[in-house]
Amino acid sequence: MECQECHQRPATLHFTQVVNGQKNEIYVCEVCAKEKGYMSYPTDGYSLHDLLTGLFNLDSAGVSSSHQKAFQDVQELECPTCNMTFSEFKRIGKFGCADCYETFAAELDPIFRRVHSGNTVHQGKIPKRQGSNLHVKKQLEQYKAQLQSLIEQEAFEKAAEVRDKIKELQKIADSTDKEAGDDA
Amino acid sequence: MTLQRFMDDAISPWMREDAQDSDIVISSRIRLARNFADAVFPVIADSSELEKIREFFQKEYAHQSFETYDDFEFVSIRDLTAVEKLVLVEKHLISPLLARKPESAAALISQNEQVSIMVNEEDHIRIQLYYPGFQLTKALEKAFALDDWLEEKINYAYDEKRGYLTACPTNVGTGMRASVMMHLPALAMTKQMNQMIPAINQLGLVVRGIYGEGSESIGNLFQISNQITLGKSEGDIVADLQGVVKQLIEHERNARKYILKQSRENLEDRIFRSYGILKYSRIMESKEAARCLSNVRLGVDLNIIDTVSRNAMNELTVLIQPGFLQHYAKNTLSPKERDILRASLIRKRLGEED
Repeated sequence: MECQECHQRPATLHFTQVVNGQKNEIYVCEVCAKEKGYMSYPTDGYSLHDLLTGLFNLDSAGVSSSHQKAFQDVQELECPTCNMTFSEFKRIGKFGCADCYETFAAELDPIFRRVHSGNTVHQGKIPKRQGSNLHVKKQLEQYKAQLQSLIEQEAFEKAAEVRDKIKELQKIADSTDKEAGDDA
Repeated sequence: MTLQRFMDDAISPWMREDAQDSDIVISSRIRLARNFADAVFPVIADSSELEKIREFFQKEYAHQSFETYDDFEFVSIRDLTAVEKLVLVEKHLISPLLARKPESAAALISQNEQVSIMVNEEDHIRIQLYYPGFQLTKALEKAFALDDWLEEKINYAYDEKRGYLTACPTNVGTGMRASVMMHLPALAMTKQMNQMIPAINQLGLVVRGIYGEGSESIGNLFQISNQITLGKSEGDIVADLQGVVKQLIEHERNARKYILKQSRENLEDRIFRSYGILKYSRIMESKEAARCLSNVRLGVDLNIIDTVSRNAMNELTVLIQPGFLQHYAKNTLSPKERDILRASLIRKRLGEED
């Protein structure tokens, strides 16, 4: 699609203007967008990364700015493993190590919500070797939910089967927990 | 030597296989981001820490095999020339970011070039796997198997609540980016694509062109991938992407039928003009080449041109890029020299097809 202003360059930007309830679609190139004032921020090298760090900063500039400021004056969060500070993390938009997730835990939910459409908790794969306990735990949760609904449906025979499965799994879970305890 | 073959063949062996919907979906890709639990991420790690990781991969995985991927080639980025790096980027075997890393970056590449495991990119490990055509489910299954294979020897940075921990908050959770490369000339011609992109974005998916960073697509090639990595399982993310891709395939097929019915002569004229330009030009810019290749590919898909194979199209798409041209010339070339060599290579390759 060509730019609707200069009709020469391809349109790389798409704006939706709503004026008095009237929706207006604008397709322009970056040069015309700047000239015509569709954009109020500098666009030279404005990357996804800038956008993201912008999002993080927006967060602290918003609702809790006074609280945040007072907090920062007292003590800046710093990761004990890699020495990444929270303000450095916001500046570069990257964690320094796995432990940063723990260090900055209290500040992360709003960031993740923004980036991942409101989600903050992982729902996917569990590592096969490392996560073997977790697999058992997840399975247990599933069985327990199943048991509850079977009892509600008064399907007691099936419920008994599931209950036995839970007992068996619980044994496995307990024994691995014990092993882990012995290691420590 | 394997690296030499990676360099010399424009088309990767896996691309030659015929696959489902390959008239519209060129390839499917799964990428998984992983990190070591007990090492600082590459973003801030010092060179000795990165070197330890590079050495670990060289020692443990160079020339190892997994299932059908035998004899992984271990490539250290610092051993490559500028042109060699460019060629690997153009073949999507390494990322532009990895190519720019000065020290201790590396890649394990399978002989059929289907799998590439990048080391010390933004994350310690980036597993990347390609399938021809529309085969996301299969690609995911294989990527998981490779992931489990690596995890036998590596303690991943993983958290029960946040999932796989990555350097960038945009990758946390599954660490997965699933994507497909689609050729959508009829949707572009009928000006439907620009209307669809905002709708696709609303479903949490991103549309990009393959050439260049911006949203501009050249050669009507579009890459569609998931944006969200946290809070949805890999299977659900892939299923959502598949749903949208299926719809796009259907829309593209309908648009092709519509154009054929409404203005067959115009379409044939456009396709054969492009074919003529490719066959006889003496100077060819990359944008023009990409545009003409798109038209001819459409001609091949619609059986309007039957003297050219789809493989030749795939091969030319890679071959006409600056890195490949310079590797072929064994010399650095000015843009003008590239345009001349590009035209000559295209003529030669299409000549072989006749």
